[in-house]
Amino acid sequence: MSDRVISIIFFVLIIALTLGITAWASRQNKSTSDHYVAGGGIKGWQNGLAISGDYLSAASFLGIAGAISLTGFSGFYLSIGFLVAYLVVLLLVAEPLRNLGKYTFADMLASRFNKPSVRSAAALSTIAISMFYMIAQLNGAGALIELLLGLDYVLSVILIGILMTVYIVAGGMVATTWIQIVKAGLLIAGTLALSLFVLAQPSIGFNPVNLFNEVESQIGSEMVVPPPPAGLVAGLDVISLNIALVLGTAGLPHILIRFLTVPDAKTARSSIVTATWIIGLFYLLTPVLGYGAALFVGQDAIAAQNPAGNTAAPQLAEALGGPIFFAFISAVAFATIVAVVAGLVVAASSAFAHDFYSNVIRGGEASEQEQLRAARFTAVGISILAIILAIPAASLNVAFLVALAFAVAASANVPVILLTIFWKRFNTTGAVTGILVGLISCVVLIILSPNVMTGPNPEPPLTPIIPIDPIFPFVYPALFSVPLGFLGCYLGTLLGGRGAEREREQGLQVSYDEIYVRSITGISNIEHEIQEGAPEQEPRTT
Amino acid sequence: MEKHEEWVRVERTSAFRELTQKRKAFIIPATIFFLVFYFGLPFLTAFTTVLDVNVIGAINLAYVYAFAQFAMTWILMHIYVSRANRWDDLVDQARHEATEGDEAGRTSGTGGSE
Repeated sequence: MSDRVISIIFFVLIIALTLGITAWASRQNKSTSDHYVAGGGIKGWQNGLAISGDYLSAASFLGIAGAISLTGFSGFYLSIGFLVAYLVVLLLVAEPLRNLGKYTFADMLASRFNKPSVRSAAALSTIAISMFYMIAQLNGAGALIELLLGLDYVLSVILIGILMTVYIVAGGMVATTWIQIVKAGLLIAGTLALSLFVLAQPSIGFNPVNLFNEVESQIGSEMVVPPPPAGLVAGLDVISLNIALVLGTAGLPHILIRFLTVPDAKTARSSIVTATWIIGLFYLLTPVLGYGAALFVGQDAIAAQNPAGNTAAPQLAEALGGPIFFAFISAVAFATIVAVVAGLVVAASSAFAHDFYSNVIRGGEASEQEQLRAARFTAVGISILAIILAIPAASLNVAFLVALAFAVAASANVPVILLTIFWKRFNTTGAVTGILVGLISCVVLIILSPNVMTGPNPEPPLTPIIPIDPIFPFVYPALFSVPLGFLGCYLGTLLGGRGAEREREQGLQVSYDEIYVRSITGISNIEHEIQEGAPEQEPRTT
Repeated sequence: MEKHEEWVRVERTSAFRELTQKRKAFIIPATIFFLVFYFGLPFLTAFTTVLDVNVIGAINLAYVYAFAQFAMTWILMHIYVSRANRWDDLVDQARHEATEGDEAGRTSGTGGSE
């Protein structure tokens, strides 16, 4: 009983802290620019922390630890892929995006293709990806609150849903940026502390090698070695997962939007450095959490509380640190989820309000007030939809659900982003078909896969969703849907009939020369910067 | 149309061409390298057992490869960022060249993107 009181006290403290920041920030959230991208004036290290905060979601903290605790090495693929993905972002996407975009990633596409259909398609994929990601976060939240407060999963999901809606409606991007920063700090402190608890155990003695040795001798070598090759489909599924992981980040709207909150490409770069160090060090500790939980909580106890292992990390905190530490780690996980969901809702509601409502429905005429109101209504609508969809996902691992969101991002957004930057012949039809083909093929393959078509009697942790045997044998769709996304772009461009040149003459797209120069240099206002003379002596960067 | 010419003028400056050449010379091989290195691990683990050999205690070659991916990410990131920060000077140069007139850009007729 007293344990639960302590949990609740800590819990309320963390929530009060984050809401306090929101209240403070909401007083500074006056314009649409503030709401979407925090006025574009976030510093590099702050943005790096915020990227880490957005990225290290329930999937990383609860999902990967759980996956490693129950399945061993294969859970670690997630850590590697989530990290290496930042090379794709850094080398190929971040700077052109910063140089071309304004509020949302659709702005980047719209900087080249001047047609409402491109914006609509981009808004649609943004909302779909955010929705998948949010289902995962709510699923983690449900498992956590179930463990912490003994509340029912459905009730927990609704509780988080209400909290996150309050966040966005009140605070916008300034608030979510600061919440990400605070939360990133809490999460890193919590993970480090939890890892130290594991490494300080007598059988480990601060030697990570002993951790692996203990797992091998006490649980079995199958927890340490990669799963044995199991045929072509299983093997290709592993590749498919890794395609989604390494490419997906470059298509995640709530991460891409972070590169628009900084003033220039150089700051975007330095924020990736900060983020990649934080994220990498965090993922390096995931085997310590996962194997620690397997050893000191026990796989049976983890699976009994949550069949997908989603509560392994907080259970580990309870086993090694007692009720206060357990409450702290749970509160950190909770803050993590609310903060990530807040970031997702901002991305999705910006996509709807800015890209669809303001630019498509209202033809760019909507006032700032109207846009803000639309963004807030969308935030509420999206939250409600995500809550409803999260309920049947109760038995799935959070990290697995996020991997599906990555697959959607990799299929729908990544081809079109890369080709907008790098392909001279790309045209409007190609952009629209690319997004739609990638998005639809990925979602359809997920529905036809064993994830949704579970068959009437799925393996025990899973509960039946559609009681039909799967039509598509792969768990992860990216191996097929990413190439389909590229193919959609290519065929759309051919079938569009008009080459990029013709489209430019008709005012349907900006010249590729402009896109090419802008994406690389960040020069945005050519008349101002070139015709009227360049700034006398720009502060040289070294 | 005039606006288009302005962009082409920047594109034809020697500084801009140097910038794009340097970017390509780094980014293309670096991207190929990290993708091959990255997919090497899932390919080897999903289709073979060559990485199942223990190296240090129970830490096997697959984990060593996995940890090497972390090192690879951080090293490649810092190499890129230190170069890209130096390339920023070329952006300013391109801007000046384009402003100062055409003589710098017209020396070579081709130039441009591909």
